[in-house]
Amino acid sequence: MTIEVRIPTILRTYTGGAKSVEGKGDTLAELLGDLDSRHQGLRDRLVDEAGLRRFVNVYLNDEDVRFLGGLETPVTDGDTVTVLPAVAGGSR
Amino acid sequence: MRYDSLLDSLGGTPLVGLPRLSPAPDVRLWAKLEDRNPTGSVKDRAAFFMIEQAEKDGLLARGATILEPTSGNTGISLAMIAHLRGYRMICVMPENTSVERRQILQMHGAQIISSPAAGGSNEAVRMARRLAAEHPDWVMLYQYGNEANARAHYVTTGPELLADLPGITHFVAGLGTTGTLMGVGRYLREQVPGVVIVAAEPRYGELVYGLRNVDEGFVPELYDASVLTTRFSVSANDALRRTRELLDAEGIFAGISTGGALHAALAMAAKARKAGQRADIAFIVADAGWKYLSTGAYSGTLEEAEERLEGQLWA
Repeated sequence: MTIEVRIPTILRTYTGGAKSVEGKGDTLAELLGDLDSRHQGLRDRLVDEAGLRRFVNVYLNDEDVRFLGGLETPVTDGDTVTVLPAVAGGSR
Repeated sequence: MRYDSLLDSLGGTPLVGLPRLSPAPDVRLWAKLEDRNPTGSVKDRAAFFMIEQAEKDGLLARGATILEPTSGNTGISLAMIAHLRGYRMICVMPENTSVERRQILQMHGAQIISSPAAGGSNEAVRMARRLAAEHPDWVMLYQYGNEANARAHYVTTGPELLADLPGITHFVAGLGTTGTLMGVGRYLREQVPGVVIVAAEPRYGELVYGLRNVDEGFVPELYDASVLTTRFSVSANDALRRTRELLDAEGIFAGISTGGALHAALAMAAKARKAGQRADIAFIVADAGWKYLSTGAYSGTLEEAEERLEGQLWA
């Protein structure tokens, strides 16, 4: 059992073009560290010294991790993590 | 109920329970039917307040031109009011929005300038800003940064919800300009200790984003993350599935963005149930399904509908 991580097109250069990759860890930070060991440079595109980069959103089972526990959000086997660029939506 | 004019009937929309989709007797879902507004969407509230404010500020006089980046509903609301008050209306709209929206806008006398599909709403905003700079006499109300947008919900939607549902524990709405969530969220936080404010953001395919760089992301000026308790990103598939469930189980024919709000509302309901807490969860039905019929969202299998929706702005 692992955690599925969905990667947006603009970051697939780090995953050899793969739309999703798998990793493990007890927190999001551990998961990103695990991913970076196989997809070097990916973590730096998502995280800087202050935490998650400003225009990157990461969702745990569709819920924004910034509102859960940031990089310390607990993750478990079977979860789905989705990485997206921050953009607006809505019928405006 | 009698009103002096259509615009006087703005707001005061019904809040209806969802007995079949609510997971337990003490974990209940409530739908605020914003399609029951003058032009059929929640955007009538923001449009009315923005125009009233611009008139008070002396920005609008008869014959003035209003310019707005909009994927539909706000444009329709503004166009209707503008037409009644003698203003010219120009909408900058992504070319991948449904044909119904275009026809309704034209019916209300609006002129449409199309922006490239690839840039989504962000490109419409950029193009509108360029046009506004070239035509300093045009008035851009700019719903993404206009405080009257959020204030409309602080003054009307929020108090209506609390009056109808004094035990409200959660409020869920789609995240676009963020006006509904900011306005209702601030009001409820002042009135209801511990209230949970939940955003449901539409997750589009890469075709709609068309972003080359993560740093190009656009955050509306109205957005204040501290008003929200949590935020969901809802895929087209989940939004479609929930939109159909709402029709099937409760008879409510809603637009696709409502399915997104319902998806987040159900996730919060499941959490409350798991934690053994009572919950009264209100969510916004932003509009009805009529304007989206041509997208194929309501016919065939879910997979077929999702395929047809690929590359379209569904919320």
